[in-house]
Order: sequence, then C-alpha cells, then structure tokens
Amino acid sequence: MKHLSEYRNKDMAQKLVSAIRALSNTPVRLMEVCGSHTVSIFRHGIRQMLPKTVKLVSGPGCPVCVTAGAEIDRAVMLAGYKDVIITTFGDMIRIPGSSSSLQKERAMGADIRMVYSSFDALKTACENPGKKIVFLAIGFETTAPAIAATILEAKRMELNNFFILAAHKLLPPALTALLNLDRINIQGFIYPGHVTTIIGTSSYEMIAGKYGIPGVVCGFEPVDILETILMLIRQIEKGKSKVEIQYKRGVTATGNPRAMEILNQVFTTCDSCWRGLGLMPESGLTLREEYKSFAAEDYFDLTVPTAKDHRDCQCGEVICGNKTPVECKLYRKVCSPVSPMGPCMVSTEGTCAAYYKYNN
Amino acid sequence: MNLDKIFLDQGSGGRSSRELIEKLFIPKFKNSYLNELNDSAVFELGGAKLALTTDSFVVDPIFFPGGDIGSLAVCGTVNDLAMRGARPCYLSAGFIIEEGFLIKDLEQILFSMEKIAREADIQIVTGDTKVVPKGAADKIFINTSGIGLVPLHIDIAGQNAKPGDAVLISGNIGDHGMTILSSREGLFLDSLLKSDVSPLNHMVQKMLKTGSEIHVLRDPTRGGLATTLNEIAFQSQVGIEVFQEAIPIHESVLAASEILGLDPLNMANEGKLVAVLPEIYAETVLAAMKETSYGSGAALIGWVKAENPGKVIMKTAIGGKRLIDMPAGEQLPRIC
Repeated sequence: MKHLSEYRNKDMAQKLVSAIRALSNTPVRLMEVCGSHTVSIFRHGIRQMLPKTVKLVSGPGCPVCVTAGAEIDRAVMLAGYKDVIITTFGDMIRIPGSSSSLQKERAMGADIRMVYSSFDALKTACENPGKKIVFLAIGFETTAPAIAATILEAKRMELNNFFILAAHKLLPPALTALLNLDRINIQGFIYPGHVTTIIGTSSYEMIAGKYGIPGVVCGFEPVDILETILMLIRQIEKGKSKVEIQYKRGVTATGNPRAMEILNQVFTTCDSCWRGLGLMPESGLTLREEYKSFAAEDYFDLTVPTAKDHRDCQCGEVICGNKTPVECKLYRKVCSPVSPMGPCMVSTEGTCAAYYKYNN
Repeated sequence: MNLDKIFLDQGSGGRSSRELIEKLFIPKFKNSYLNELNDSAVFELGGAKLALTTDSFVVDPIFFPGGDIGSLAVCGTVNDLAMRGARPCYLSAGFIIEEGFLIKDLEQILFSMEKIAREADIQIVTGDTKVVPKGAADKIFINTSGIGLVPLHIDIAGQNAKPGDAVLISGNIGDHGMTILSSREGLFLDSLLKSDVSPLNHMVQKMLKTGSEIHVLRDPTRGGLATTLNEIAFQSQVGIEVFQEAIPIHESVLAASEILGLDPLNMANEGKLVAVLPEIYAETVLAAMKETSYGSGAALIGWVKAENPGKVIMKTAIGGKRLIDMPAGEQLPRIC
C-alpha cells in the first residue's frame, strides 16, 4: 500500500493543483473517457480543487452505460429460457430494459448469478452439465482478452453448455464517432490507463493528428489524474496536440500484443449499437466462425422488438459529455440508484450514479 | 420503488432496505418506539427501563475466519442492546435448519454461541427449532432476540447527536464484510483477514463508567459506516464531517477494495461501534475504548456540524471534499 499512498499524497496533490492554477488561462473542457476515472475524480473530490477554467466532462467509457437497451432485452429474454443460468458482472443486474431487468427476472425465479470473472462462469458450466450457462460478455478491450481466453478454454474442454452473449465494445471507434458529432466541445482527452495497457496509443495518435485534440493516458489515483490535467493544460496553452503517457508504470505505446492476439483469435469486429451514440460500424466484437458454437444469439432465439428507453432519459447526452446529470429532468426526482431509469444511474462507474453518490 | 416483488437489494441494509421498512412495516405497526428506528426499542416496564431487540442471521458461508453464524447471532443482538446503553441480560434463539444439515456443524455453531454468551455475560434462556425440507432454507438461519436493562438516567439514541459533538470509531472498518466476501468467493485474503465479530457490551460499560455524556452509539453492521453516519445525520438532523485519513482501515481491506472496486465505507462490521459525544468527553472516552481489547484501534474520525443537516461529508486525503451517501442496494449480498 506504500505504492498507493504515494499517489494519494496530499502535498503532491496540492503542488499539482497550484501548478494547474498558475498555468491555466483558457477555459477548457477535458473529457475523462473512462468510468473508473469519473469515479476516482468524484471519490477524491478533484473537481472542487480545480480552477474555474478547467471543466471535466465524462465520456463513453463505462461499459454498462453504453450497453444498448436491446442488449439488455436479449439478456432478459434469455433469463426466461428453461434450464438457463445467466452469469454476469454485478452491475448488469439492475439495468432496466424495455419492460424488465435481470433483477426482476431473478426475483421471479430466473437463475442469475453474479461472477467476478468469466472463468467463474466456466466453472459454473462444468458444475451444471444439465444446464446451459450464458455469460453476459460486456466491456471494452480490457475485459475482452480474458473472455477470449475463457472461450479458448471452453473449446479445449469441449464444453457444449457454455455460451456468451457478446456485447463487447471497442473504444477507438466510439471516440471517432464522438468527434464526428457537430455538437462536441472537448479540448483534451484523459485516456483510460487500463484499456491502453491492451491497445496501446496508436489510435489516439490518429485523433491527435486528425482532430488536433491532445490526449494523455492516465492512471487512476488522484495524483495521476491531477498530473494528467496539468500535462493537458500545458499542451493546450502551448497550442500542442500530442499523445503523452502519464501512466508509465502500466502503459507502453505498443500495448499488450499477446492480449490483442488472443482477442483477435477469438473475436472479430462487428457493427454495434451504443446507447447514446447509436449504431456504429466496426465498433463491437463478435465470435469468429470457428467459435460460433459458443454464441448465445445463435443457439437461442433472441429476437427482441426495438428497445424503448425512457422518453426523458438523457443518458445518451450524458455519455457524449453534452449534458451533466443535473440537466436531466429525471435525475434525483424519479431516477436514483434505488430505481434507475437509465444505465448511467446503475453502474457504479456511471456518471449519474457518481453525481448522485458523491456530489449532492 | 417497485413494490410488487422483493429484491435482494431490500435486504442490504442501505437505502432500499430503509424504503421497504418505511413504506411497508412502519405504516402497519406504527408506534413511538418503532418509529424511532433505533437498534433496540427502549421502554419502561414495571419501574425498570428495558431495551428489546431482534435480529436474524442468514450469512453465507456459515463458517468464516474469525467466527461463524452462531457467534454472529449472539454478538449482533448483544451489540444492538449495548448501542442503547443497555446491559444485555437474556437472549432467545430460534433456528431454521435445512434437512440434511450436519449435526457436527450444528454443534460447532452452538459451541460458538455458548462461548460468546459466556464472554458477554448473558444467558440464552429460551429458543425454538424448526427443520425445513432440503432447498426450503440455505443450510441454517438463526434469529436471536435480546432484552437488557438500561440505567434510568441513560438516553443514548440516533436522534441525540448535537453540533460540536465528536465522532469516534472503535477500530478498523470493513474487516467482516471483506472476510465474508473473501471466503465466499475464494479470494486471496483468507490468511490475512478475519471477521471482527465480537460482543461490545463490556466496552460500552467501560465508556459509560467514565461518567461521560454519550449522545449516540451505533454498530455499523450491514451498509457499513456510510449507512450508520447517514442514519445518525438524518435522525438528528445534523451534518457530519469526517476525515478520510482518520478512518482506520486494514491494509488488506483497502487493497482488496481497490482491486474489486468496492468501498470499505459500505462494508459490514460486526464488532465495531460509532460513538457521538460532546467534545469535552472525547479524549476520556477514546482512552477508555483503547484500554479494551476490541477498542484498541479506536480513533476520532470527525465532527457533528449544524450545516448540511442530514448529510455526511468527507474531507479527502488529498484535500478535496465529497459526499458520503448511503449505499443504494446490495454491494455484497447476504453478509450477515
């Protein structure tokens, strides 16, 4: 923990805040792409320490929040099938679909289990040969390699009762789509440390070159985040748009080729629907032909009607950084962590949940 | 809140549990004792001031490092009585046992209950046993109720916190919650951590013997310190400000929380108490707590304020500020 306390050092944090204050003249909006950054920023009270010229907006990097309504509806439909055990990361359980949620289905008797890793789901499949186990595979490039490894293991074990419902998302296409929106107003990106450990920085270089927006790959502790903000302000004030790595203890420009290799061995890109951003080409992952026997959507009939989000839910705008949760008329009135109307209020990494929890 | 079905969230001890109690139970049973929503009801009967409480235990796994469902069942009720300043006297114990449960496991649980009862100086004087078919209960559920004697001059309750009061905690937070999670999920902490399950009545008696005025005592069980502080802030209509650096947390709990994305503030404790009392008594009471085996890690963690009534604010280690909200629903299902 000595290592951790270094990155939570008060003197260091205060020095960085002073440096940001001294350097920042132009008003800027910086987007923290990743949900873990959003939570860290709130948990440590970073927003209140920054000068008025620096605004932080949350981006599309919470995997639960960008999961489209139809994907939840398919999971809910799966829960209705006989002899199916759904295994999922905890946050997915409470997300409202068009008419139900996994939580409601569980209360009505569906077998839905929370797991901490896709390998736990595999274990469940081995222990329940008479049942069909479906793992809800969500997340970005960070979780996808581990799930790919699970599929390889399932194939090696010749399991025929293990499936995944793949709703993986890829980060670079989402950032590009975001930048192609007319209404976007972002002067710098705080890039996610963990995704970058896998994918490296090449796609950010393209963004810096084409759109002239600087970015810094950032760690998750308060000192990391403050240092990243300082690095971005320094670039912006000098008119630069480079990609820099603050999180050097975890990230290299090349990423993790071995993880990417496993990911690409099992998955291939596909068009994917994102909440808030809509259908984006080549922005998701689907199983390659040789692993299709593990695809839940092929084994079960999961045809669902077009998903209905709550009419007034602003999660889409929040995910794009165009609105803050307080600008949504449902926020705190009818939408709260106890009865969430949209995904940004459900996930612990969701912007609305972070506002609700830490910033009353 | 959707009220056509019960969700696991509603047993979490956080905001969802609170809503269920306020919307369903209070309107049906309403009376001045229940409406206070304190750890025990305190009332006068035949000239004596008594505290009465009940609690059910459904923990999974039933055996864990530092204790088992039996020690939990006795400590939970003893502590709820002690949190009103009562001297716990007698307990009842009800058992719902699943068909096929091992007699040797039951013996182990009863042994733990007897051991804690002896330590806490109470007697288990009545009980009940039911056996249900396989699958109708998960191994064993235990309910305990308890009765204790409150000295007439003592008035310790959630609604008594006053601006200027000090907020104390008796030691590390999150040990029980993380131990249960670790044993249930087969994490890596088994050798490093154990549950803090322990009877706190002797510590409370030592605190009271100092002659200090104590406004609130509460054990931060389900829902953790975050829930307890929010309850006190709400019941007393005061603000509470705590300092992140002052809150004692075991290194392993902190590290595992970081890895798993959990907050130790929301994690259950089964052998800790929060005390709220006038500043002038803080040092004396803290010293009395530190002299006891279960309070050696006691610390002053914050102050009660008149500003922001009903809210708990944390000054973060790096010099920022943030709200501590009551957890919404299940963080770790069925931890006590």
